[in-house]
Amino acid sequence: MATKFEPKILGFLCNWCSYAGADLAGVSRYQYPANLRIVRVMCSGRVEPSLILEMFIQGADGILVGGCHFGDCHYQTGNYFAEKRVKLTKKLLKRIGFEEERLRLEWISASEGERFAETIREFTKQIKEIGPSPVSGTTPNVDILKALFAAKNAVKDFRLKLLVSRELDLVMEGNVYNEKVPQEEIDTVLDAAINYELDRCSIIFEVRDEALSVDELAQRLELPPNRVLQHIVTLRDRGLVMLDRIDNDTPLYLAVEEGIK
Amino acid sequence: MDETIGAALVIGGGIAGMQSALDLADSGFYVYIVDYSPSIGGAMAQLDKTFPTNDCAMCIMAPKLVETGRHQNIKLITNANVENVEGEAGNFKVTINKRPRYVDESKCTGCGLCTQRCPVEVKDEYNRGFKIRKAVYIKYPQAVPPIHCIDQDHCIGCGICETQCRAGAIKYSQTQEKIDLNVGSIIVSPGFEEFDLRTMRREYGYGRFPNVVSSLELERMLSATGPYGGVVLRPSDGKVAQKIAFIQCVGSRDRSIGNPYCSSVCCMFAIKEAVIAQEHTPELSSTIFFMDMRAFGKEFDDYYIRAAKEHKVRFVSNNRISSVEEMPKTKNLKIVYIFGGELKEEEFDLVVLSVGMEKPKGAHELGEKLGIELNDFDFCNTTIFSPISTNKPGIYVCGVFQDPKDIPDSVAQASGAATKVSSIIASQRNTLTTVKEYPPEKEVGEEEPRIGAFICHCGINIGGVVNVPKVVEYAKTLPNVIFAEENLYTCSQDTQEHIKEKIKEHNLNRVMVASCTPRTHGPLFQNTVAESGLNPYLFEMANIRDQCSWVHMEEPERATEKAKDLVRMALAKARLSTALPKVPIDVKPSALVIGGGISGMNAALELASQGFEAHIVEKESELGGLVNRLHYGLKGEDIPTWLNKTIENVNSNDKIKIYKNTTVKDVNGYVGNFVTTLDQNGEEKEIEHGAIIVASGGAEYQPKEFLYGKNDKVLTQLEFDNILYNNELDPNAKTVVMIQCVGCRDEIRTYCSRVCCVEAVKNALKAKEKNPQISVFVLFKDMRTYGFREIYYEEAARQGIQFIRFFDNTKPVVTDDNGLEVKVYDHFLNEDVVIKPDYLVLSAATVPNPDNYDLAKILKVPLTKDGFFLEAHMKLRPVEFATDGIFVCGLAHSPKFFNECISQSSAAVSRAATILSKEKLFVEGMVSSVDEELCIGCRTCEFVCPYGAVRKDEEELVAKVMEVLCKGCGICAGSCPENAITIRNYTETQLTAQAMAALREAI
Repeated sequence: MATKFEPKILGFLCNWCSYAGADLAGVSRYQYPANLRIVRVMCSGRVEPSLILEMFIQGADGILVGGCHFGDCHYQTGNYFAEKRVKLTKKLLKRIGFEEERLRLEWISASEGERFAETIREFTKQIKEIGPSPVSGTTPNVDILKALFAAKNAVKDFRLKLLVSRELDLVMEGNVYNEKVPQEEIDTVLDAAINYELDRCSIIFEVRDEALSVDELAQRLELPPNRVLQHIVTLRDRGLVMLDRIDNDTPLYLAVEEGIK
Repeated sequence: MDETIGAALVIGGGIAGMQSALDLADSGFYVYIVDYSPSIGGAMAQLDKTFPTNDCAMCIMAPKLVETGRHQNIKLITNANVENVEGEAGNFKVTINKRPRYVDESKCTGCGLCTQRCPVEVKDEYNRGFKIRKAVYIKYPQAVPPIHCIDQDHCIGCGICETQCRAGAIKYSQTQEKIDLNVGSIIVSPGFEEFDLRTMRREYGYGRFPNVVSSLELERMLSATGPYGGVVLRPSDGKVAQKIAFIQCVGSRDRSIGNPYCSSVCCMFAIKEAVIAQEHTPELSSTIFFMDMRAFGKEFDDYYIRAAKEHKVRFVSNNRISSVEEMPKTKNLKIVYIFGGELKEEEFDLVVLSVGMEKPKGAHELGEKLGIELNDFDFCNTTIFSPISTNKPGIYVCGVFQDPKDIPDSVAQASGAATKVSSIIASQRNTLTTVKEYPPEKEVGEEEPRIGAFICHCGINIGGVVNVPKVVEYAKTLPNVIFAEENLYTCSQDTQEHIKEKIKEHNLNRVMVASCTPRTHGPLFQNTVAESGLNPYLFEMANIRDQCSWVHMEEPERATEKAKDLVRMALAKARLSTALPKVPIDVKPSALVIGGGISGMNAALELASQGFEAHIVEKESELGGLVNRLHYGLKGEDIPTWLNKTIENVNSNDKIKIYKNTTVKDVNGYVGNFVTTLDQNGEEKEIEHGAIIVASGGAEYQPKEFLYGKNDKVLTQLEFDNILYNNELDPNAKTVVMIQCVGCRDEIRTYCSRVCCVEAVKNALKAKEKNPQISVFVLFKDMRTYGFREIYYEEAARQGIQFIRFFDNTKPVVTDDNGLEVKVYDHFLNEDVVIKPDYLVLSAATVPNPDNYDLAKILKVPLTKDGFFLEAHMKLRPVEFATDGIFVCGLAHSPKFFNECISQSSAAVSRAATILSKEKLFVEGMVSSVDEELCIGCRTCEFVCPYGAVRKDEEELVAKVMEVLCKGCGICAGSCPENAITIRNYTETQLTAQAMAALREAI
């Protein structure tokens, strides 16, 4: 390649701490590479996993989510939610084989201008080392791109969103039986949900335009056929996939258009 | 004719002064803040972190600074002092002396070019001399007003700053100015001065040994904006400090230097610094040498315990270190101390002197000018019944100047002072304030966006790096951009007029400014846009200075490319922005006060004095609460007489309605419009009100320890106080023993009850007064007689009252096998001491009201683990909940003194008055909105909202946003499993468009 790789890095920064820290870096003239583009949000708790994944789909090489340190959140608890959401997103990225290091969560206070600059220098360097996003440029890796789409659909879905939003409350405050749910238990439920929802979204993605059999899906997605079948059953229950036809004793399935959001 | 003036003067713009000013200005009064310094912010601006939450001080303070600086009914007069005061409550004439800053305040944009070029370097006071500043400077980056100042003592008059200033703001000819003000009332909050450590040069080597620093110097070292970027370095050699010693009570609790009082904050301050230092350098260990650890505030003891357990902080009690010796080679410092009855010697890398607080500069003169009475130490004199009032009607006091105190207590007292002022000038509410009138808003609706782009050079701050004309040309090529131009200073007054003209000329319906940061300048431009008849939310900003030209100074080309991207991103968002209405809601000018103790009664009286109706709900059949059992104040004040008078005042006030034998059954509605169901002797009653003040009080713990209830000689402090007051002290009694911390600072209740040490000292002195022959022993863990209360502890010791310290592993043992007997291990004598008391008085804990649990559920507000109510923010919002319109004070909040309950309940009223004084509240436009078609009523939003602003409607089964409570954070929008909630103007579509614009040129 003739031109040097200059990564495109996005920063979603909360107004009260990290964005203010970025301002202070400027006021104090701490220099950092010009690769970062900042989007101001009021609270890091606003940043949804689907937004992050969409930006990776769009070709971002790195994404930084910046919030207040724990205890500093202008809205009391927003950063705790940010942490859970980024954690979820990282798990998904890891699952689909997209470098999770491209996503970073940092707590930077309004007085940490130098640390802000240092963080950006370091993050930019790291992204340069990892190299361009596999889905950016003229020849994107279609498999990863598909997987990113599936992941985005998975995090927009009710189940994952509900679990990740209620996690804090269930662990810290307790459930309807006034019991605090152990973190490990939540993690187990959440991990299973991530795996399954991602599989399901991938299946939907594959059967959007062509009807496929369980075997074909299993091969494409590198999943055991019995698991694909289970997912097909669930997806049919949810009204997202239908039986298209049966070819030589092999049922072929197709996505239900209206079911896809 | 009423000559009362609807304006107030606040002397001192620290955190307390700002709070008073904001409360008053938000309640319909005009406020002047006079500050001696060129900028407001006071001592808090220098802090790195705050205890006990380790909050970043600047993060929590900056919004208040900005709000104070921008408030249209607050006028800042900085670099100034009070020259003369005449008149009386309701109408004071004040002359202010404003020293020249040699910079025209109306012209300076704060761009900082003057500072960059100034050739004179001066030690930076803000960083305690560890950094340098220039002779033309701004105190710290976030300073308000953001106006530079020439330090005439150091300026050499070279004239370079004038040549550099593009705004023409430098005025060498400026002279001292006299400003005459007419105000109805005055708040004095000048803060404090640190004790001058140079006077301890001999003992501690401050100024002689480079590695002996003050606690405030360490604070700057710990700060990310400080000299060492947050790492604690030894000034002698720049090595990372690994072993730090803190010496407490330097300049406090020391009669020999004239400061016998306790500075109240240094213990916690030292713990905090030790904790933060260890967080920054994990290997670092600290030792704190102290006499008594005064961790008496809310959640302080937990912090103290955690510091020892988790942060390698070693606490060595019972030590007043008398001297520090420097090792000549290593510049290490040697300290000699007592431990386990033996003298020990130890070397440290760095010694920190926990410096005490003294009267503020010029306190004496200020006192004379105002005609207010000061105490022996030139702090303001107050009484326990009126802890915010000076002896002069119409002049009130708050913050450290009244008594050394921490930030939350200062903030609470500041709000309390605002209430006092309001009651003087309430008749003139809204007479001097201005309400901004805007032209009718132009309907933009669905019409095609027509955007005007204004791109700022900021002198050469932006233009010197970014090629601004190129950015302008680029902006013109982007869709919907009708007009684009460059400005030398987009924020200057004439540019505002210019922007308005261009909006009209080109019929613009969106405006985008590319300049500095929206955090400071967004509201200014929004105002300009509104003045031209556009909704302020049709404005967007691109930060091409703080986040572009200033951080890419060596890469002008890439900076220009980035500036283009930032402009494109802002335009992408602006294109999708919509006009958001400010919706008015009515306010009922009355409050519900839950609890009829002193806090509740004082709150009701303060509400009434401002013309608001108060409904007191009291569970018992009588008013007065716990104070019914209290008799003496520390100075011997007669509390029952005061209480009777107060009850009478409450009873006879026609603005106050009292509901006895009544509890709160249910609360509905929201700020301004609550509907509460009361249960009065089983009968239900409904009342409507605009605010709620929780003053549910507390109780004295009923000890299970030390034979209480089993032996008649064992009493609690309140019971003993009763005996003393009624002259029932047994004349034959020879010995009284008091045991401190009964039922608190133990495994079950880890907190400190704050008042018991002083109560013990008070009752001990009273017993001595009644019978000088009587012997009193006080068995204690730490004597926590903070502030000026220390004087009485000193007096008690002088009168021969014996204080014996015990530790958790050497708790006193009480038996009555051979008559009542107390055995305690004396660490000085190294042996058990056995005392046979005639009275054994237990300093029993202050415990929360058990009803708090139900009340918290009804009000949907949180409690601490100990069962006290948990406020919105421990430091800066001490009397309010995150849910708007609900406030807390008194023992419901945490254990505290009588006078502190009065201060705090006045504070709660002040905060409530900012709501009740308004006919209508305006709901900010940037709030959540629910797509009811999509909502399935899963309540997720309800769980995540910190403000109780989204709730499920039980009839329609969908979430409803109470817009008035919503703060626009968007946590709910990020959480909604059905994607049914969004934040107006931070919609997913907008954020996606903005971010996408960063990644690709084509939109």
